[in-house]
Amino acid sequence: MNVAANGSDRGAEAPRLISRPGLGANLIVRGARLLDPRTGLDQVRDLVVRDGEIAEIAEPGGAPEVEGAEVVEGEGLLALPAFVDPHVHLRVPGQEHKEDLETGTRSAASGGYCAVIAMANTSPPIDSAAVLGSVRDRAEREASIPVGFVANVTRGMAGQELTEMADLRDAGAIAFSDDGLPIANARVLRRALQYQRLAGGVIALHEEDPDLSAGGVMHEGEVSAALGMAGVPAVSESTMIARNCSLALYEGARIHVQHLSARVSVEEIARAKAAGVQVTCEATPHHLTLTDEAVRSLDARFKMNPPLRTEDDRQTLIEGLRDGTIDCVATDHAPHASEEKEVPFEEAAWGVTGLETAFAALYTDLVLPGVLPLELLVERMTCGGEPFGIEAPRLEAGVTANVTLIDPELTWTVGEDGYESRSYNNCFGGRELTGRVLMTVADGRVAFRQRSFALGVAS
Amino acid sequence: MKHLLGVEELSREEMDRVLERAQSFAEVGRRDIKKVPTLRGRTIVNLFYEASTRTLSSFELAAKRLSADVVSVKSAGSSVDKGESLKDTVATLSAYDPAAIVIRSPHAGAAGLVARWTEASVINAGDGKHEHPTQALLDVFTLRQRLDSLDGANIWIVGDVMHSRVARSCLLAFQKMGAKVTLCGPPTLIPRGIEALGCAVSYDLDALGEADVVYALRMQRERMSESFVPSLREYASRYQIDSRRLGPRQLLMHPGPVNRGVELSPEVIDSPQSLITAQVESGLVVRMAILYELLTGSDRARPERGPAPADTPTIGQPA
Repeated sequence: MNVAANGSDRGAEAPRLISRPGLGANLIVRGARLLDPRTGLDQVRDLVVRDGEIAEIAEPGGAPEVEGAEVVEGEGLLALPAFVDPHVHLRVPGQEHKEDLETGTRSAASGGYCAVIAMANTSPPIDSAAVLGSVRDRAEREASIPVGFVANVTRGMAGQELTEMADLRDAGAIAFSDDGLPIANARVLRRALQYQRLAGGVIALHEEDPDLSAGGVMHEGEVSAALGMAGVPAVSESTMIARNCSLALYEGARIHVQHLSARVSVEEIARAKAAGVQVTCEATPHHLTLTDEAVRSLDARFKMNPPLRTEDDRQTLIEGLRDGTIDCVATDHAPHASEEKEVPFEEAAWGVTGLETAFAALYTDLVLPGVLPLELLVERMTCGGEPFGIEAPRLEAGVTANVTLIDPELTWTVGEDGYESRSYNNCFGGRELTGRVLMTVADGRVAFRQRSFALGVAS
Repeated sequence: MKHLLGVEELSREEMDRVLERAQSFAEVGRRDIKKVPTLRGRTIVNLFYEASTRTLSSFELAAKRLSADVVSVKSAGSSVDKGESLKDTVATLSAYDPAAIVIRSPHAGAAGLVARWTEASVINAGDGKHEHPTQALLDVFTLRQRLDSLDGANIWIVGDVMHSRVARSCLLAFQKMGAKVTLCGPPTLIPRGIEALGCAVSYDLDALGEADVVYALRMQRERMSESFVPSLREYASRYQIDSRRLGPRQLLMHPGPVNRGVELSPEVIDSPQSLITAQVESGLVVRMAILYELLTGSDRARPERGPAPADTPTIGQPA
């Protein structure tokens, strides 16, 4: 993938993104609507991919014959730069009953993603070069799209001692995070921010004050009061963001704030950005489309951390995504086995899957009703790698093909054909969504193709 | 009505029907032979994941008074302690074809889950801090013995509202019957946002005189270690219902068990205003009425065991 070489802070290093090798695609998409918010492209064109590279963007009907190329009739379809997800859980090593690199990357490709960044709260966690090396080796055999692996900030995610960040960086860590847990101790985080000057790599932060959130299982508010469940107040997130932005400013460090959920958090980020903090942040499709009202069902598929919050919080997240306070969309794809979710809400595991429904959910709930323009959604779904040094994919001649082909009118019921992920704790399960990924080319290779999607081969 | 999962789902008409039925069982209860044959041959399973004295014993006795066969499964000494999931336990117990499963769980929503996994009627005997609908119904029944109607009555619920499923179910039930409810307790134990349920909130007892009914909640000692209140002494000095605070025309209720000298002073427990013993008596007839309504209700013919519904439990398989 052309993006692999980017993002290096230093010279000769291991590539940051890893996937299974394969042959470059030869593909002609005829007459699709090509949309790339970065180049300003938004026209019906023929897209020619040769040996995994975008060879040409031609007038409709003007694509040259490419011997042996698959020809896709693209009329009525959208061809977009494929998406990049800065926050997924692929559960390797140790929790392969939830997901593995093959199912996780296939799930991502089926959602239109060409690259994902995998978190390190595995079992054992990725806190040493040996563990990092082993998952990267497995990705080279199993991952159908490029994966960047984050390493932990602290040993064992215990929040006490730093990992060997410089060695981990040399071994290919794309960034550092203890995601799943906050770094509660400000002194420890400060040391990591200082050490970033040597090791490089953005530090991605799960922002939660564990004292304020202790015992909580959902957003603290009217719904938690009615259900009698302990709440996680919005300020447990925003106070940590404020603290950590101050630390980052003081140390001149780069941080990426994960999964914003609340109005007060968006406001903290806006203040920090205005003050010159080097901070980026993300929001998830579920926080952008759902609220804590969904939890009234007591369905554990609506349990995630941070929790779904109020309509006011949701509207602020949408506004933040629109005005750029929120840089990108991240799924926080968090697969769990059925026995971890088919239990009472308070006992259930935290997290929802999201790779397969991210685009469709946001397209259905935000683009079709006119809340956000499609170009903006595509921009925010493709730029998720930038805080991690990965350039966003583009639709232009001469670059490695990272393209997703979407039927924007196809309405489908989530989960009715099962999931590509090993787990099915999807919070949109059973819902009708519009917009379905038919094909994804990642790093020049066809990584996903909807089974029912017929292809022709040029003679 | 197939299940009784919470007061939230109940209409006033359904509550009235249960309460009228309970009234007729109260009359049976005054006879020498208190047993009726209504549920002969039917099986009722009590599945209790939390310790309970009065709720469990009153459900057992209610089922026996209706001539049902009763099995009570408690957390201690059952496969529940061996790590069996709720879903698998329900599948196992459902194999006995029970007419009803009565469940108490420390977790909100457990009864609702059980209702998805079994063909039996499910009765929520307390799910976490969420609901305890049979308690609320017996409290309304008890109050109706003393007040003709709850319409316009002023009811104060005093104490640890945050950790009380009784407070939630009673709030909803009293409101549905037309009462005006005030929740009162230390600010740390009143959940943020509870006013959205349409109740008033007070942090002191200064206006307690307006109450027709004072409903005190149990104050658990462990709340001190979690810093919800600084001491039981301070709690008692601010929120204890004693003979100085309780007027002669006010009624006093408590779901039990009482911490004497904490939320209630000893003398009010045995005062003429106290309905605490009457509540326990009501518990039996109201639970009989609930079993009767769910298992013989006119709107529910008992289904033959036909093809399994889609949501039937299958051990080891995702549903």
